[in-house]
Amino acid sequence: MIKTELLIIGGGPAGLAASLAAAEAGVSSIVVDRNQSFGGQLIKQTHKFFGSEKQYAKTRGINIAKKMIEDTHKYENLITLLCDTTVLGVYPDLVATCLKDDKYYKIKAQAVIVATGAYEKTLAFENNDLPGIYGAGAVQTLMNVYGIKPGNKIIMVGSGNIGLIVSYQLLQAGIKVEAVLEAAPRIGGYKVHAAKLRRYGIPIITSRTVLKAHGEKALEGITTIALNENWEMVAGSEEYYEADALCLAVGLSPLSNIFGMLNVEMKYIPELGGLVPVLRDNYMTSVENIYACGDVAGIEEASSAIVEGRLAGFYAANGLKRSLDDKEINDCKKQLQLLRCGPTGEKIRSGLEKRGEGNA
Amino acid sequence: MLNTRGVPNLEMVKKCFPDEQQLVKMKAIVECYEEIPCNPCSTVCPTNAIVIGDDINSIPKVYFDKCIGCGLCVVACPGLAIMMSKIEGEKVRFRIPYEFLPLPKPKDIWNAINREGEVIGTASIEKVITSPKQDKTVVLEVLVDYSLFYQFITVRCPDE
Repeated sequence: MIKTELLIIGGGPAGLAASLAAAEAGVSSIVVDRNQSFGGQLIKQTHKFFGSEKQYAKTRGINIAKKMIEDTHKYENLITLLCDTTVLGVYPDLVATCLKDDKYYKIKAQAVIVATGAYEKTLAFENNDLPGIYGAGAVQTLMNVYGIKPGNKIIMVGSGNIGLIVSYQLLQAGIKVEAVLEAAPRIGGYKVHAAKLRRYGIPIITSRTVLKAHGEKALEGITTIALNENWEMVAGSEEYYEADALCLAVGLSPLSNIFGMLNVEMKYIPELGGLVPVLRDNYMTSVENIYACGDVAGIEEASSAIVEGRLAGFYAANGLKRSLDDKEINDCKKQLQLLRCGPTGEKIRSGLEKRGEGNA
Repeated sequence: MLNTRGVPNLEMVKKCFPDEQQLVKMKAIVECYEEIPCNPCSTVCPTNAIVIGDDINSIPKVYFDKCIGCGLCVVACPGLAIMMSKIEGEKVRFRIPYEFLPLPKPKDIWNAINREGEVIGTASIEKVITSPKQDKTVVLEVLVDYSLFYQFITVRCPDE
């Protein structure tokens, strides 16, 4: 059995930030990730990030991942990164069972930070299982990690930041983006991203969604339909688009299954993406020494995940009898407050309020 | 229009520009219409010509008299929402961020494009500026007719 002070499940922006903060406080950690490399979704993000300097703004996501991984190397004696490692379960005595290279390992921790991130939502429509229909994450993985074109003529569903950004990256890869469809009457993501697409001639069509997909062996086209203000389909408004790929960017849900094994108190909060753990002020769940941060604690931007990860790392270290640096804590809280205080943070603020977080 | 189609109207665009007399020198034109948590344009500005302040959600305020036309903000803006502009008689010189391949070459004539993505004329490519500091965002310096002043936003290869 491997022993560690802190086990961090998930090596994306939140998990890496947590390991770095814990190391700063002198706590050793093992970070496990089921993927081949660390950085989570950052490794597919070829665009420059928003936010402020402290969350690596104006740096491309892929380089933020590199920077954070490099930073962990400064704490070689404290941080252990285990990739290709899937956590199969965590038990109430804080023993995690993991699978790596077809071997089982047990890791016994004094505290656990869950930073597992999120999974993509999908849409129900006729023939939605045809080859050529992807989630936005898969499109980014194929295109930006493996250099494979997901199609030649693609339609994006969803105009949140992910839909808009992935559409732009598709254009950069030389793929024709026929249109971005948005079911809501307004564009969901940042308008600068929308403007970036528009100037390259990509139409963004609001109040319209996919009705069905067509094709024999693979996607050949889709029928779309208009939605009225009550989200009802408008009969007779069907339009056909030819396409060999359809990308669904219709939101994320917290990947929170692991909390089920631990009897962590959960709450369904739509603004946070679905079922999320109830958190104390110090990011501890209802179960002692189990913490949560990043998208698994509520869907938000990577910049917020980084800051939440730092906070969870500091608090977990504090729980392991290390002193708390009030200056660092206050600085992180201030950063989160700034990231969330504008009009674009309204949804997350209302979600956090429902969860009962006073510092929202 | 901006909220439903991603295209700002002419009135919004004009508000981002200074008086034309000020454009005898290169100035930053910041097209940031929405309060989003983001401030690299102001933190890279060496003369405090772009100010956002403590609340990073605020819309950047541009002090054109302080802008020295260095262009650092053009590549710092993650939204590619900043360009530089200067009026030269019947022509306007722009510096725009560009992130596509193939890149044009100096003296190429490419299509001038408006915010709707439509071809509105031609743009003569003057310089193709790349440096490691720009982190792969290329800056194109182009000349377009003055008549396209408030319409021009980017260029596209005529073969496309």
